[in-house]
Amino acid sequence: MTPLVTLAHLAALLLLPVPMVGVINRTKALWAGRKGPRLLQGFSDLRRLLRKRPVYSAVTTGLFAAGPLVLLATTLVSGLLAPLLGGFAPLSFPYDFVVFAYLWGLGRIFLMISALDTGSSFEGMGASREATYAALLEPALFLAFGTLAAATGTTSFAGLLDVGFGSPAQAVTSLGTLLTLFIVLQVETARVPVDDPATHLELTMVHEVMVLDHSGPDLAAVQYASAMKLTLCAALIAGLLNPVRAAGAPALAVAVNLVLTFGVAVAVGFVESLVARLKLKVIPQYVLVGGVSAAVALLATAWMQGGSR
Amino acid sequence: MTTATFIAPVASLGLPTGPFFDAAAIRLGAGARALAFFGQPADDPAALTLTLALEAGGRIEVLRTDVPRSQGFRALTPAYPALHVFEREIHEQHGVVPHSHPWLKPVRFPSPGPSGMTGYPFYSLDGKEVHEVAVGPIHAGVIEPGHFRFMCLGETVHHLEVHLGYQHRGVEALLLRADPRMLTPLVETIAGDASVAHAWASADALEALAGLAAAPDVDASRGIGLELERIAMHLAGLSGMANDVAFLQGAATYGRLRTTIINTTMLVCGSRFGRGWVRPGAIRGALAGGVADAVRAALGLLKQDVGIINDRMRSSSSVRHRLAGVGTLTHAQALELGMVGATARASGLEVDLRGDLPGALYARLPIATVVEPVGDCLARALVRMREIDASIGWIRAALDAHPGVVRSARPIGPLAPRTLAIGLRESWRGEVVHALETTAEGTLRTYKVQDPSLRNWHGLALAVRGNEISDFPICNKSFDLSYCGHDL
Repeated sequence: MTPLVTLAHLAALLLLPVPMVGVINRTKALWAGRKGPRLLQGFSDLRRLLRKRPVYSAVTTGLFAAGPLVLLATTLVSGLLAPLLGGFAPLSFPYDFVVFAYLWGLGRIFLMISALDTGSSFEGMGASREATYAALLEPALFLAFGTLAAATGTTSFAGLLDVGFGSPAQAVTSLGTLLTLFIVLQVETARVPVDDPATHLELTMVHEVMVLDHSGPDLAAVQYASAMKLTLCAALIAGLLNPVRAAGAPALAVAVNLVLTFGVAVAVGFVESLVARLKLKVIPQYVLVGGVSAAVALLATAWMQGGSR
Repeated sequence: MTTATFIAPVASLGLPTGPFFDAAAIRLGAGARALAFFGQPADDPAALTLTLALEAGGRIEVLRTDVPRSQGFRALTPAYPALHVFEREIHEQHGVVPHSHPWLKPVRFPSPGPSGMTGYPFYSLDGKEVHEVAVGPIHAGVIEPGHFRFMCLGETVHHLEVHLGYQHRGVEALLLRADPRMLTPLVETIAGDASVAHAWASADALEALAGLAAAPDVDASRGIGLELERIAMHLAGLSGMANDVAFLQGAATYGRLRTTIINTTMLVCGSRFGRGWVRPGAIRGALAGGVADAVRAALGLLKQDVGIINDRMRSSSSVRHRLAGVGTLTHAQALELGMVGATARASGLEVDLRGDLPGALYARLPIATVVEPVGDCLARALVRMREIDASIGWIRAALDAHPGVVRSARPIGPLAPRTLAIGLRESWRGEVVHALETTAEGTLRTYKVQDPSLRNWHGLALAVRGNEISDFPICNKSFDLSYCGHDL
């Protein structure tokens, strides 16, 4: 059984990111009254980028080329730790979610360094903005993970999402951490209202401007890794919402998890279609909302556990 | 009756230098608005002819004098900053110095070398944490080239220097090469998004020189072309602003509506950008029968849909959050800089040639001047929305008043010798000025073009001060100035 689930997890990790982005783009296109690109358009885009020869500025060093590779590698490994299909991860050990968070941190710092390596003032600005948001996002993420660990009594990612909506306190915990994870998704993967993945305005960009100088396979690695992060975040949210427990009906649980994951993509598409992007100055406040909602979840959990004793 | 076009024999205009500057100071001090101020070689090679066109109380007045090239003249800019860019242009084009002008940085640096630019490095800000951001001339999107130098502390812009000239094509020299009656296709490319306005201002001046008064139907046809161009470009501007704040519905809907309008323009004149609509002495945009019905139908569709999306834009708190209080150009700043067009009206200035110099057409079919007091990005969006509504109403009235506009052409005869004619039209961006002067033989001696962008770019530089650098793109889009119209 386990090798089969591992294979399914790997296949999902590698293949899901492209249709996930496809679903977001299709949702936005429908809101805009357009037909939109194919759901699997991303595969063609990646293939096109992979066939291109990367261009390196003469002032960059090896750090610049290393950025996308480290980002992709760390994201891939983090994908082995996260319960992508609900209730199971190929790599699982106590406090693995700490490793997960810092793998993303490692990927981010390399992307920032490679952006700074170009010497471009835009990319420096992008890296500085990214660092600001990351510093605010990390406590929120750990607060959410810690709350979930306390609520479920587990220390490993695979069982972390199993809070459910059984009691009001559990529901508050699930919804609070869910909101945190949704904001993490928007910040980490550069979505509206935090960032605009479609913009061409270099002065307003956060994530996009850091990868402005990457081309060809390097750019493909960045885009693929970003889509993979999006998928992982969406899968964690789906895991919180999933009413079917893997222990009882594994196949059904996986199917429901997948549907919910795509549902999160639709939700991201809805947000991008219906609200404008925030002013850069207030984005930290928006990120703080994620921290506050995790704190509320923590209070609910404390109340719940106090009651059980 | 007020007329939109100025014409006078050159001989009647000249003043000695002293009285010229005295008269200019009196008029400007009394609140007259400068329409144009330019230089041209005088008959005496050691002198430069200066021409200042003013507007006050619905009248155009032109003052002119010769100044000795070697001595230069006393700059008007310190007392009347609205003239700053004109005097910079005179200095650049003719090498004559306006003394005590605070900043004679070249406008377009037309010569290939660094030339005059070397004496004018960018302003810089002192401080340990201060940094400069250089943007352009090549941008990340499909935009015209221009260089922007930001002096920032953190994310806050303290000063912006706009550095243009990359689109300089030598338009004014090109316009003197061909037969003036054949110039319109070239005039339409001075700023391609204001083709009708430039072509009409040019045709006004040429027809005045040829002694041809435009018939009411001719004016009506051109007016409808101009208002369609205004609607289309305001829709494009709103779509661009919505796109810049990532408001998908606005970006998509305004873009779609613009297509309806430019396709209607194509139905009338064969070009979606209004090329060919205006030719001197002719009606090219026929608006009879089925074509008029098609224009009415397109306007009906637009009126319905634009109301819905305007409400969405105005009521969306996230859009308001991005536009309100951002990029504010105060009334006082706009007045001091001599801002023109929709941008000036968004800062509370009642400047609109259609109202100030209505001519026969706008006297017969008046259009309300839209003014918003605040001067921020939201005000510039609101001016666009309201002007679209006003233009829809105006076109409907014009179609009703002129039911059978058919194609016609009258030949343009010889041009009056030694005469200055100035054609002015309010494009969607602001006033377009074409000043033509003939020689004794009736050929063109001077062709001076002025796009509203020339005067408005400095307003953008002031509006972004104290704003976040990430808000520069939305400020820039809300001004929506032309690079090629500035650079000529």
